[in-house]
Amino acid sequence: MTTGATTPRQVEPRWTELESIVGVSHLRSATEFDTVDDVTPSFVISPASNEEIAEALKWATAAEIAVCVRSGGTKMRWGNPPRRVHLILSMERFSGACEHAWEDMTFTVKAGVTISAVQKDLATHGQRLALDPLWPEHSTIGGVIATNDSGALRLRFGSIRDLLLGVTTVLAGGTIARSGGKVVKNVAGYDLPKLLTGSFGTLGVITEATFRAHPLPQSTRSLSFAFADADQANRFLLAIADAPLVPTGLQLRRQDGSNPIVDLRFEGIPVGIDAQIEKALSLSENAAHSDAPGDCWNARESLWQGSSPAVVGKFSVLPTKIACAANLVRRNFGLAKIVVQSIGIGLFRGETESLEHLSQSIAGLQASLAEIGGTLTLLDLPLELKRQVDVFGPARDAYPLMRRIKQQFDPNATLNPGRFVGGI
Amino acid sequence: MDPGFLQELRAIVGDRGLIVHADELRTYECDGLTNFRVMPGAVVLPSERQQVARVVRACAKHKVAFVARGSGTGLSGGALPVEGGIVISLARLNRILDIDIPNARVSVEPGVINSFVTQEVAPYGYFYAPDPSSQSVCSIGGNIAENSGGAHCLKYGFTTTHVLAMEVVLPDGSIVHLGNPTLDAPGYDLLGVFVGSEGTLGIATTITLRIVKRPEVVQTLLAAFNSTNEAGAAVSDIIAAGMLPAAIEMMDNLAIQAAEASVHANYPSCGGLLLVELDGPAAEVEALIKHVGEICTRDGAWEIRVAQSEEERMAIWKGRKAAFAAMGRISPNYIVQDGVIPRTKLPEVMTEIERLSAEAGLRVANVFHAGDGNLHPLVLYDRSIAGQEERAEKLSGDILRLCVKVGGSITGEHGVGEEKKMFMSEMYAEPDLDTMQLVRCAFDPANLSNPGKVFPRLRLCAEKTGPYEPHPLEVAGVAQFF
Repeated sequence: MTTGATTPRQVEPRWTELESIVGVSHLRSATEFDTVDDVTPSFVISPASNEEIAEALKWATAAEIAVCVRSGGTKMRWGNPPRRVHLILSMERFSGACEHAWEDMTFTVKAGVTISAVQKDLATHGQRLALDPLWPEHSTIGGVIATNDSGALRLRFGSIRDLLLGVTTVLAGGTIARSGGKVVKNVAGYDLPKLLTGSFGTLGVITEATFRAHPLPQSTRSLSFAFADADQANRFLLAIADAPLVPTGLQLRRQDGSNPIVDLRFEGIPVGIDAQIEKALSLSENAAHSDAPGDCWNARESLWQGSSPAVVGKFSVLPTKIACAANLVRRNFGLAKIVVQSIGIGLFRGETESLEHLSQSIAGLQASLAEIGGTLTLLDLPLELKRQVDVFGPARDAYPLMRRIKQQFDPNATLNPGRFVGGI
Repeated sequence: MDPGFLQELRAIVGDRGLIVHADELRTYECDGLTNFRVMPGAVVLPSERQQVARVVRACAKHKVAFVARGSGTGLSGGALPVEGGIVISLARLNRILDIDIPNARVSVEPGVINSFVTQEVAPYGYFYAPDPSSQSVCSIGGNIAENSGGAHCLKYGFTTTHVLAMEVVLPDGSIVHLGNPTLDAPGYDLLGVFVGSEGTLGIATTITLRIVKRPEVVQTLLAAFNSTNEAGAAVSDIIAAGMLPAAIEMMDNLAIQAAEASVHANYPSCGGLLLVELDGPAAEVEALIKHVGEICTRDGAWEIRVAQSEEERMAIWKGRKAAFAAMGRISPNYIVQDGVIPRTKLPEVMTEIERLSAEAGLRVANVFHAGDGNLHPLVLYDRSIAGQEERAEKLSGDILRLCVKVGGSITGEHGVGEEKKMFMSEMYAEPDLDTMQLVRCAFDPANLSNPGKVFPRLRLCAEKTGPYEPHPLEVAGVAQFF
């Protein structure tokens, strides 16, 4: 979602070199739209090749210019506010066609391709990327890797780290590095695709990725169960997990004051689905059930709508603590919308009357989640508060090691300075 | 070894935890890859986790290199000692620390044997999914170092899929926690990088594993084809039909002969044998196994058997899992390779392996994880015949180059270790390898943890990133890069 708006460019002398790298029509002055939190960059470039990115980053590193990579732009508010951003590196021209080795069930795409474009292409061969991140129409491969976003399919197919086979990355110093491979099994060298997954653009610019594909299911059926309280719903989640069933989606939803709903999805051949549903019903403690609403697996997206001041957060707890975590969210925020995957990852929206109240609620929730061994990451919150907290929570003992990793990959802190854990 | 250093080690692990005599050290001079041998300066066997950090701190202080070792079953020389260094054996750290069934997590020490995890959780209806063929002896710590796979990783993933958290002793002796028992802990996925780093980034001392609910039913089908190409076509058709079997294994005639001679698995004598295992809900598996049988028949299978009991199923697997060791029945010596190819290149690669084999005048037996294109060609030779070992090594290398040429990898699950480090440059360009080594520089700037493995040349940690420029020592002719 980059802007098409153009403003008259006034290229200062030291930016002219950049113009010669990407071409005059792919460098423009930044507008209000390009602001990252409250930091406004000077320019936006849209390179078209690894080599152009390498040259641009080399130049930026030498000139002490801070660079923020943007692809679909759907999650630009995630992460800490940047310490500085002078240049937005837009991946809009990295949207070329997909190389789909469909018989090998792998595919390679450029980082700027949207998730739905990838899915559409794979579907022509009866395949899919078994990942359902937020806003697939706009979110891109590169952005989803950088933020490690995942959805309900994760229960069965894992997250990005389990599907990503190889990446091409351009480092701040201009090195173009390929890691991993194009085959599903490969242990040659360090697993850099995993290091880059969820690194928020602080280690390198991801330009291309190879994934494993999965077959599209022959049929799918989803049911919703209504439970009296979160504890009963949590018991059902655990009972399903402990049964020899293979659901491809299992989540607890709670909308403000209403009772918790559990959505359950099976995929495969009809005879297998029917048998599994029968078994699931026997575990549901006679909870009322019905066919699930068509949009229930996208319910997380609705958390970004509502009144403010509000926070959208992601918590992660053990599966046995899901009800507890959901209750903690409500205790700290009053009514709240929550969508928790059965693996223990939950997203919620908490609204309060004042910023001060919001700040207290966040701190309260963070402390109580820590007591049950959970973590909290704040995805969206008012900038005033964002400036006062680390959205990733307190640093852990591996933090100095993470700093050393950053130091090795990007010693001049060219890429997204300040936006990651502990201000990395 | 410096007596003062040995005294420090003795103070940490006691007399029973320190080996210095040459006779006893010999046990540790190689791992499962026996053609590389180096005598370690000493071997320490910590029996408490805290001792590992103290031993590593002593190594860091005295700048002594160390190599961690689990059960020593590795096939790439990953646990090969380094000259002048010590070996830290984790075999005595073999406690299962916690079993949490409702959350499907198990915490173990690194010396715990892979199959013991499954044994512990089986009464609750769970299993630990990664199943390397050596699972009855190999350790979880070693599995983490190598990111071990196994026949069932096509569906269930590799070791890395099943490790959630670790306590790690870094090469400077400090202790950090990577990952978390809950998912998506904020920060870089250092756990993901550590798994498969072949002992070069430190030593894991506590590991939290994910266990998996045992499927309702498991069905195993065996199909006999005239050739591996016919069997390969069936594999493609099974996958194209939208199925994701738990395992698809293939053996050629030579491998079948060896397995028969060794464990009498009662395999049909054929050119290409396929084992297909489906697991999941009963109704689904029963319908799909029929479909698999139909596909195999259509693609030329002349005998199809579906195991009718758990005993029959185990017998089918016994032949496959014993295939490497069984080579001893038909050849005095052999080299196991571990290349990976895009599955569709199988016919092309098999034809080329046959040609290379004929050219070298050596037999090659083939055992594959066919579903994911992981080949295990076994190059058979006789060390006592002059020149055969060299020819076997060359043939083995040519097969790896072939795998890279068709877009694959030099190793799918055995690791690079000492054996394949020179092939890394065939698969990756210099900037790719340098970028990987940035990680090593962050974890182990002094280069003490299993130095010299995985990478064809050492990257000096102070080096600048960017395009390769010769090191001043190289220019001066003092040091040489491979």
